[in-house]
Amino acid sequence: MKLDSKIPDGQLAEKWGKHKFNVKLVNPANKRKYDIIVVGTGLAGASAAASLAELGYNVKAFCFQDSPRRAHSIAAQGGINAAKNYQNDGDSVHRLFYDTIKGGDFRARESNVYRLAEVSTSIIDQCVAQGVPFAREYGGLLSNRSFGGSQVSRTFYARGQTGQQLLLGAYSALSRQIAAGKVEMFTRSEMLDVVIIDGKARGIVTRNLVTGKIESHSAHAVLLCTGGYGNVFFLSTNAMGSNVTAAWRAHKRGAFFANPCFTQIHPTCIPVSGDHQSKLTLMSESLRNDGRVWVPKAKGDKRKPQDIPEEERDYFLERKYPAFGNLVPRDIASRNAKQVCDEGRGVGTSGLAVYLDFADAIKRDSQKVVEAKYGNLFDMYQQITGENPYQMPMRIYPAVHYTMGGLWVDYNLMTTVPGLYALGEANFSDHGANRLGASALMQGLADGYFVAPYTVGDYLAAMPATKIPTDHAEFKKAEENVKGIISKLLSINGTKTVDHFHKEMGKIMWDYCGMSRDAKGLTFAKKRMQEIREEFWKNVKIVGVNEELNITLEKALRVADFLELGELMIDDAMSREESCGGHFREEYQTPEGEADRNDDKFAYVAAWEYTGDNKPENLHKEELVFENVKLSKRSYK
Amino acid sequence: MKITLKVWRQKNAQDKGGLVTYKIDHVSPDMSFLEMFDVLNEDLLLKGEEPIAFDHDCREGICGSCNMVINGKPHGPLQTTTCQLHMRSFKDGDTIVVEPWRAKAFPVIKDLVVNRTAFDRIIQAGGYISVNTGVTVDANEIPIPKDIADNAFDAATCIGCGACVAACKNASAMLFVSAKVSQLAMLPQGKAESKRRVEKMVATMDAEGFGACTNTGACEAECPKQISITNIAMLNREYLSSKLTSDYVES
Repeated sequence: MKLDSKIPDGQLAEKWGKHKFNVKLVNPANKRKYDIIVVGTGLAGASAAASLAELGYNVKAFCFQDSPRRAHSIAAQGGINAAKNYQNDGDSVHRLFYDTIKGGDFRARESNVYRLAEVSTSIIDQCVAQGVPFAREYGGLLSNRSFGGSQVSRTFYARGQTGQQLLLGAYSALSRQIAAGKVEMFTRSEMLDVVIIDGKARGIVTRNLVTGKIESHSAHAVLLCTGGYGNVFFLSTNAMGSNVTAAWRAHKRGAFFANPCFTQIHPTCIPVSGDHQSKLTLMSESLRNDGRVWVPKAKGDKRKPQDIPEEERDYFLERKYPAFGNLVPRDIASRNAKQVCDEGRGVGTSGLAVYLDFADAIKRDSQKVVEAKYGNLFDMYQQITGENPYQMPMRIYPAVHYTMGGLWVDYNLMTTVPGLYALGEANFSDHGANRLGASALMQGLADGYFVAPYTVGDYLAAMPATKIPTDHAEFKKAEENVKGIISKLLSINGTKTVDHFHKEMGKIMWDYCGMSRDAKGLTFAKKRMQEIREEFWKNVKIVGVNEELNITLEKALRVADFLELGELMIDDAMSREESCGGHFREEYQTPEGEADRNDDKFAYVAAWEYTGDNKPENLHKEELVFENVKLSKRSYK
Repeated sequence: MKITLKVWRQKNAQDKGGLVTYKIDHVSPDMSFLEMFDVLNEDLLLKGEEPIAFDHDCREGICGSCNMVINGKPHGPLQTTTCQLHMRSFKDGDTIVVEPWRAKAFPVIKDLVVNRTAFDRIIQAGGYISVNTGVTVDANEIPIPKDIADNAFDAATCIGCGACVAACKNASAMLFVSAKVSQLAMLPQGKAESKRRVEKMVATMDAEGFGACTNTGACEAECPKQISITNIAMLNREYLSSKLTSDYVES
């Protein structure tokens, strides 16, 4: 099968406008005849479900949490980008587009990224209309701040809780449609399979997490808005429940998985405190606006930070990247932190941390000003570490935060399975090999509010409204498949817990397919992952039955999919013999230790096709054509 | 640290349930309260016993999933979420009693997991501004004084955990409802439907079986997001003035 990205013809700036005019429309009276399934209720899912329901479609929305308001978008802190140019500092749609393409190290599709920048301004309008309380100036107008990888202030924010406020906005729109009877909401439900009939996605199979009941749901289109797969590393800033299962099951049914090795390691997270650690907590990148990153110049300097004089400190980001300083993009900040720690200059008991120091900002602006900007983040830091960041510099270390890879989608956000869409972090679409800060919220809402409502209609307009009953043989087959997996897991009764396997796998992935990779490590990791997977299916211990709330079974189903995904990530990292963005191959670096990208051989999207259990996946390449930007070496010096 | 836990175990909604005692002797002060439960659950699993079910997700204090009554207080001794409570808040040898939220409107599903969908239904009754996607003006055409925007933000930070209900002797949801009502009533965008909103949300709150507010202030004292009780005053004012001048007639 040949990948067709369906990029519309014409000038970059005119593509989306023309495409919106050219898409087929469904007559208002006919919209109610079509059913759409939306899996996941984060920014992408909630906004898509609400917008499609407003248009008149019948929507069924699913989430595994007890309420759609708890999706992990809620935890995003720093902000959301938009090319409003409210600060009159030279921002424009084209600049946001360029920053995003460059920030992604030239591994994203021009047309999609331009559209993202184009609709970004409408997102802010929409959210304000919903009552999202963004930060404002005394004149009553919206306030902005700057973020990594950009030299303009285009980030809109609501203190350190922007994701929460945006999600609650989308949740309120979704709630309104639930009340109107246009969205049927299924909470505590996990999607475990996609049902494909005559080559088209026509429904899903879910497990009710309270009763264990396996249920089929039929529709004319299925939208996966199920987030990223960072929990493949066990420790990440993702929520405990975040998982790849929906996307992975779709992959096994024919949806190609793109650039799985592109994962983002966020530079500012609270360091690991011990073996009991269950997850990592991010300290928003916005802190790098005022915090200065440093380590002692000397190796093994164990003095307290306040006892280390100025001239014995190395503000390594300011030193190496004078133009961007502490605001270099995430991949660069993370790699440099790892580098100084590897040199033995890390701080804290583990030596795996660097300082993020606010002393200068407090001296310059007063503690009150710093508190108004970052109060909740400082409180969170103190609660977790027991240290007061107003008095002591924070200790931070990189952690897995976001996955740029995801299901391959065309310009319409459709996967390689007709009628099956992927939105938000679940797709690979807009961030290339590295995502800029405050762009995830932008993309989730762009996909859900402003892209899918047009493109899904285009697909539905061309298909009959006939419904397929859930007693169709394909639904029954998918249900049997799911039941088979569950009873197999329950029958193993081994000696090691699900978490044991998850941690073991996570460590392998972090050590060999994390911040830096090399062929030798990847080869070893692949072998280990296969061994762990084999042992999992022979020796995992699950207590309890399917027919009730069973937290171990839920986890086991997710970890089983992570184990398979991990191997694909390793294959992808192995085949991409270059360094770009978050993907750093030790073998491919410049003499100064920067990523050495190879545009001649690797300016493509790697889209992987599942070919069967334990068989190598097929690699399909979507060549990336750059007509509007000049491929340049990404420099932030 | 050595900790003795007395945890509410209840097989399902029908089961009577009761406290079960567990001893854990390898607790680190740096562990979060939920990480201690992870450790206990691993021990239980290896012994072939069912782990304790509890709701949790982000573990950053923002999703509002976690909900344990710890030694009689929702989310325990600090004014924070359960996931942000760390074992350094306890002493070696402590006995800690852990129960689910207790409220008629929040029935227990299993162990410490309760059903809080009543909160969703209250929001569905009117906790929104009726605006369709794309039907808007430029964001800066709606200037909002900074103080009002800040106050609206403070109300909007409610995470919907339900600690206010669990803390209230009447199991009242007034703090939760008032936070949303006042956020939207303060903003110019929300004014058009403010009367209808408050009437419908209060009616749904009553129908869901939450109790009345008797101004004890327990909700504010336990709220992990410091939602102010002044929101309840605002709710009362909104409700009364709506009832007196309502143009919305319930069917």
